[in-house]
Amino acid sequence: MDPRASQPAFIPGAAELLAEVEAAESLLDQRGPAGAAAPAGGEEADLLAHFEAVIAADAKIEPRDWVPAGYRESLIRQIAQHAHSEIVGMQPESNWITRAPSLKRKAILLAKVQDEAGHGLYLYSVAESLGANRESLLTALHDGKQKYLNFINYPTLTWGDVGALAWLTDGAAVVNQVPLCRSSYGPYARAMVRVCKEESFHHRQGFDLLWTLSQGSPAQHTMAQEAVNRWWGPALAMFGPPHRDSTHSEKSMAWRIKRFTNDELRQRFVDITVPQAEILGLTLPDPALAWNSERGHYDFTPPDYEELKRVVAGNGPCNRQRLARRRQAHEQGEWVRAAAAAHAAKHSREDAA
Amino acid sequence: MSQTEWPLWEVFIRARRGLGHLHVGSLRAADTTMALQHARDLYTRRGEGVSIWVVPTDAIGASSPDEKDPLFDPAMDKVYRLPSYYRMPEGAERL
Ligand SMILES: [Fe+2]
Ligand SMILES: [Fe+2]
Ligand SMILES: [Fe+2]
Repeated sequence: MDPRASQPAFIPGAAELLAEVEAAESLLDQRGPAGAAAPAGGEEADLLAHFEAVIAADAKIEPRDWVPAGYRESLIRQIAQHAHSEIVGMQPESNWITRAPSLKRKAILLAKVQDEAGHGLYLYSVAESLGANRESLLTALHDGKQKYLNFINYPTLTWGDVGALAWLTDGAAVVNQVPLCRSSYGPYARAMVRVCKEESFHHRQGFDLLWTLSQGSPAQHTMAQEAVNRWWGPALAMFGPPHRDSTHSEKSMAWRIKRFTNDELRQRFVDITVPQAEILGLTLPDPALAWNSERGHYDFTPPDYEELKRVVAGNGPCNRQRLARRRQAHEQGEWVRAAAAAHAAKHSREDAA
Repeated sequence: MSQTEWPLWEVFIRARRGLGHLHVGSLRAADTTMALQHARDLYTRRGEGVSIWVVPTDAIGASSPDEKDPLFDPAMDKVYRLPSYYRMPEGAERL
């Protein structure tokens, strides 16, 4: 039987997020108020005034525009961390590709993991448009100088974890990334529109996988529930430390490379996810979770921020394994890069002759 | 260990017939053939295009918005290039 036959047609909150991506995309097609004006003089003060006017008008900064050094550095740090998360993030799922329970699930998982590689590459491309160099970003990742998202350092113990990871962490990523479709940096905003559209497939296939398990045998239902219990905390922690402890927030908000606080986004994620869990017939592992009609939001227990710190600093359950695997893939790929470069050099010599 | 880095390419995609090629991003590749294959895998996994161009980033000449004399300035003081410059007598239609 096709599991879709009795699947709920509507996932609460999902359509609303996609509509925001589309609104951001159509804004990109409109000419911003300060869009065409370039400064007449090359004085630093003029350039800064022009930069600030573009930001104030909510127009886009583009690659060859003059920007303050701090803007460039913050964006490169943000985009590199994001790109690293996409490529290291392939690992917890790719180790289930050979063990997927059906050909259909295997094909879906392959497509998802391929998308994550793609997201990483769109983002390295954006970082390069800011003057960063791809190879040095990878070196910073391999040396542990640049970080990636916490959740990637947790293991996927069962097939249920593959579903819970996608439903919760891709779901959290969508909530985090939808506002980035309006980032003041044009290439990042455009890449995020693309990423968000693809993430919504990731989010849905995870929901679909969990829904199928949840409707299955009691053992399958338990597998789904236990996986959700494991992934709820890491997903909540993905939004980062609370706003009061967040180091780069203020400036990033002013530059419109961040548009909501970590706490606002975390709350939004909880509000969207609770009704989805009800449809799945699964519970979220938080006894304090309750609708607060006064606030118009769900109350919930914040994630363990000490654990978040430990995991981001390199001491989560799988950090060493993830980083070693990433380094190994890069080192073992070196002969392929060298061979292709040698082949290209040989042919360009032949073409010239 | 020494690492090889392939050159950077800019990717342009025609979404469908009737539209021009639009810049979508960049990628790293050893040569044109590989750049096209990577562009297909990276930027057209969901039928986003019917034609791809790849251009070495180094080969692109670009105007820079922060140059001393803005490249686009002359356009702004030649308003007679725009149809709205000409006042039409009453009754003049279809032009
Ligand atoms: Fe992601
Ligand atoms: Fe992704
Ligand atoms: Fe994803």
